Amino acid sequence: MMPQERSPVTPVESQTVPPDRRPDAEQPKWRRDFPIDSSQDDYVSRRELVKFMALTSGALVVGQVWLLIKSVLEGGAPAPAARPIARVDELPVGGARTFEYPPGSPPRLLVRTGPETFVAYDQQCTHLLCPVIPVVDEGRLRCPCHNGWFDLATGRAVAGPPRRPLPRILVEVRGGMVYATGVEVSAS
Amino acid sequence: MPVPDRYEFFIDPGRCIGCQSCIQACAECDTHKGQSMIQLDYMDRAQSTQTLPVVCLHCDSPTCAEVCPADAIKRTEDGVVQSARKPRCIACNNCVLACPFGVPKMNTGMGLMMKCDMCYDRTSVGLKPMCASVCPSQALAFGTREEMARLRPQSRPINTFQFGAQTIRTKVNLMAPREAPDVVDVTAAMFEPTIGHDVLQDVFGESGEGHDA
Repeated sequence: MMPQERSPVTPVESQTVPPDRRPDAEQPKWRRDFPIDSSQDDYVSRRELVKFMALTSGALVVGQVWLLIKSVLEGGAPAPAARPIARVDELPVGGARTFEYPPGSPPRLLVRTGPETFVAYDQQCTHLLCPVIPVVDEGRLRCPCHNGWFDLATGRAVAGPPRRPLPRILVEVRGGMVYATGVEVSAS
Repeated sequence: MPVPDRYEFFIDPGRCIGCQSCIQACAECDTHKGQSMIQLDYMDRAQSTQTLPVVCLHCDSPTCAEVCPADAIKRTEDGVVQSARKPRCIACNNCVLACPFGVPKMNTGMGLMMKCDMCYDRTSVGLKPMCASVCPSQALAFGTREEMARLRPQSRPINTFQFGAQTIRTKVNLMAPREAPDVVDVTAAMFEPTIGHDVLQDVFGESGEGHDA
C-alpha cells in the first residue's frame, strides 16, 4: 500500500529571503543597499563602463574628423571682395574706427599707427569677446574687462587672460582709401 | 534566460555509487574548465562506502551571499545562486567557510571563488546540468516533479533544512524516504551516528532473509 501523498515541497521564492525571514520593512537598511537579487543589483559592470567610454570617445573622434573634413572643404572658399572702409584723411595718426568686413561681420577695428601704416583686427578680445581698445602710444591693444593686452603690430596676446591672437584683417591703401582685402585666420 | 520552472534538480544520496562521473563531467564544462564544483562526500569512510554528491542547493536565503563583503554573489530570479562575479570577488574565503553545505570552492590560483551554478549556461536553455546528464544511477537527476514521482515511488522530495533557529529552503530537492519528516534538522542530525555501520554489517545478509537463499 502506498503511503499517503504529503504536501509537495514549498517552491523557493524568486526574491531572496533574509536569514531571519522577517518582512522587508523590519530588515536593517543596509540590506537595500546590498541586495542579493541580481535584478536589484544595478552597479555598472567593468564591461559596461569600458563600453561606455569606448563609444563616447569614438563619438568624439568622429566629431573631430567631421570638423576637420568640414574645415578642409570650406578652407578653399574665396576671400570676400575688397571693401573700402575709410578715407585716409578721415583718420588722424593714432586714431581708430570700427567697420564691418565682410558686411554683417562682428565689429572690426581699424587703427592708423603711422602716417602710412594701418592695421586692423577683430575688435572682440579672444578671451571673452569684450571690445578691445587701442593704446597707440604704447603700441598695444587693451581689453578692459580682464586687463588683457595684445601687440598692436601683430595682434599677438602679450598679457592677461587671452592666449590666442586677435584675428587680423588685411588692409591696403589705394588712392586715398583704405580697403579691407581679407581676413587672416591664425594658425593657433 | 531563466531556468524553466518545470525542471527541477533532485539529489538522491541513496542512489549514489561514488563513481565520480559527476566530478569529471563538471570539470569538463566550458565555463570553468578543469575545475569541478562538486564535492563527493564520504559519509563515514571507515565504516561505509556511502557517498553523497553535493552540488549547490541554491538556498532562498544564501548564506554565502549574506557573508560576502564584496557583494559578489548574486541570486537570479529563477532562484539560482550564481558563481562569484569575477570583477568583485576578493578571494576572502568567507563563503567557503560559511556555506552550511560546503559548496563554494576557492581557486587560490585565480583568486576567485567558483561554485556550482546549476550549469546556468545549459539549464537556462533547457539542457540538463553536466552532472545530471552523466550520473549512471541518477543520484543527480534533473527533470520534472511528475517524472520523479513516477520513477521513484518510494521517495519524495524535501527542500527544507533547519539549522538551529534558521530555516533554509532550497531550489534543489533532496530525495528522502517517504516516511521521513518534512524538515531536515541538520544541527540535531550532527550528533546522530551514521547508519553506514549497520548497512555494512548486513551486507552478506547473515542476519536476514538473504542467508537462506
